[in-house]
Amino acid sequence: MNENSYKIVCENVWKVFGPNPKRIIENWSEYQDMDKVQRLDETGCVVGARQADFKVERGEIYCLMGLSGSGKSTLLRCVNRLHEPTAGTISIDDQDITQLNQNQLREFRRAKTGMVFQHFALLPHRKVIANVAFGLEIQGVSKAERERSALEAIELVGLKGWENSYPYELSGGMQQRVGLARALAPDPEILLMDEAFSALDPLIRRQLQDEFVSLIKQVQKTILFVTHDLNEALRIAGHIAIMKDGAIVQQGRPADIVLHPAPGYVEEFVRDLPKIKFITANDIMESPDPWLQSKDMTLESVRNNMEEARDRFNFLVDENNRVIKIIDYYRLGEIEADPQSPCPPDAYQCRFPLETATTSTFLEELLQLGADSKVPIVINDDQGRVTGIITRETLLTALTSA
Amino acid sequence: MEFPIRIPVGRWADLFVTWLTDHFSTVFDSIKAVVEFILVNISWFFQVIPWPVMLIALTVLAWLVSGRRVGIMTFVCIFLLGALDLWMEGMATMALVATSVLVSVALGLPTGILAAKYKRFDMVLRPILDGMQTIPSFVYLIPAIMFFGIGNVPGILATVIFALPPMVRLTSLGIQQVEHEVVEAGHAFGCTPGQLLFKIQLPLAVPSIMAGVNQTVMMALSMVVVAAMIGAGGLGGKILYSIQRIDLGVGIEAGLGILFIAMVLDRILQGLTQKQQQALIRNER
Repeated sequence: MNENSYKIVCENVWKVFGPNPKRIIENWSEYQDMDKVQRLDETGCVVGARQADFKVERGEIYCLMGLSGSGKSTLLRCVNRLHEPTAGTISIDDQDITQLNQNQLREFRRAKTGMVFQHFALLPHRKVIANVAFGLEIQGVSKAERERSALEAIELVGLKGWENSYPYELSGGMQQRVGLARALAPDPEILLMDEAFSALDPLIRRQLQDEFVSLIKQVQKTILFVTHDLNEALRIAGHIAIMKDGAIVQQGRPADIVLHPAPGYVEEFVRDLPKIKFITANDIMESPDPWLQSKDMTLESVRNNMEEARDRFNFLVDENNRVIKIIDYYRLGEIEADPQSPCPPDAYQCRFPLETATTSTFLEELLQLGADSKVPIVINDDQGRVTGIITRETLLTALTSA
Repeated sequence: MEFPIRIPVGRWADLFVTWLTDHFSTVFDSIKAVVEFILVNISWFFQVIPWPVMLIALTVLAWLVSGRRVGIMTFVCIFLLGALDLWMEGMATMALVATSVLVSVALGLPTGILAAKYKRFDMVLRPILDGMQTIPSFVYLIPAIMFFGIGNVPGILATVIFALPPMVRLTSLGIQQVEHEVVEAGHAFGCTPGQLLFKIQLPLAVPSIMAGVNQTVMMALSMVVVAAMIGAGGLGGKILYSIQRIDLGVGIEAGLGILFIAMVLDRILQGLTQKQQQALIRNER
């Protein structure tokens, strides 16, 4: 993936609170073995975030996950400079935002970022619509225009009809929808979400997560999402960075984190997770090539190939690699056709159904499919072309490691 | 036994005030002119309105802001003020209080905003405010007379010195108490410092600021007798007169007059504050 597909690139970002913070960074080797309290006593400084490197792809949800005090919110606030990073560079669309002056920073925040807060941070003296229109209001957009955009955003988050209520008249879940609408109304490219769903009760939280994920697909935003809830991160994120004591200890796709946790902290974290819910077909599938037979091949060469590989089942594919038929070796003998020429696809017979899945199908579901049929599962890409094969043996191997 | 040293603070203060009056008389004169201008206009307003109109207007206002009970109470209090033959004095006191409060708010609000914004300024300001509130008000009557002569204006300015601190403190407190996350939201959406102040901090500090106004009103009322000592008129003047003549009847009547005005103003302002507070408290549910 080339550099341009990254929306946010953070390199070696530090945030040290306290007097003369640079000295902590320059002499980090002296301080790194101290615990927080000792460091605070000796230097008066607290290290909020350190040596943070991460890249967020355009249009993805990137989660910063860690327990309280791990520095995730600090790091998030460095991205729009609510916290001034002590060192490092943060590039957004190849522009280093740590170099912006106050006016440029304000313009950057207005144009590119929206933010959602843990405790909603709504303005209690304003109606929903005026809250949602706030971002546009301070940009000087006319009342008619900003209210039109605000209404669109309100509708998008499913609060149509509530625009003239006050925040205190709404439930927590609805208030956070207002917070989300407020962030979306100015149509920013990046959403920064600080524990956005953490203050909600579990049922509402789950519902909002689901809605959020589908909403985000419509609006095409790049999202940096802070959470202390691993399950939340795994549900919604494209990539996750796990933080501890200000540093990122591991980053990767949800499945990477669950299946290959970094030893120690992360391992401890993911220990109790049901892995079959995270392993996808993509993680375990084999290359399909040995299993495929072109429909232009002669019957004899099909038979020879299968004999050689000792396969009972193979798949007949068209020129676009789409599966047309299952070939059952035991029933090749029933075909009455010229062995020296390709035989019509309909001649191949198999009493087992064809089971297909996509690369993102989870192991949980693949096991179900595998139990139903002896034929290996065909994994298709989004155009219906074969990209992988999963046999029962593969499934069993995956289960033992899960 | 003799004390080894005598610090002549009194003499210094004396010299300093004399120096000020000598060199800055134009400044004091212009302050006096401004305050006098405000007072004259406000007094005119209170005196030109016939008592039935004022009575009805205050009652309706109290009713709307604080409910029926306060409305009825206001009607009774203001009616009794007239029935005790204290109408003109009462209105003069109202005008004095209104002017003092106006000046206090005009000075206290911006000072409070600055104190909330700049820690250093706040640190310098704190002991000054403490002094303004704790040094007996009689003490600064003397320089007030030296700067402004006797009459209503020095009375008002002495009142302002006494009534200003709660306005400054509660404004500053109100702004500092605005939820940190909401201020962050303002920054995150790209507010200029002015937008942050007027669209977020001040509106959310309104309950605290209103409490400050209420306190200022009460403190201004408590100063009317003291201010009368340097020539401010109204009910305070009446009480001072009764003390000098040991005339219990006049004193009690004028005292009741002040009580009635205090009750009415307090309940109306409390009503205003409570409405704001309820909105915010409900939000924090």
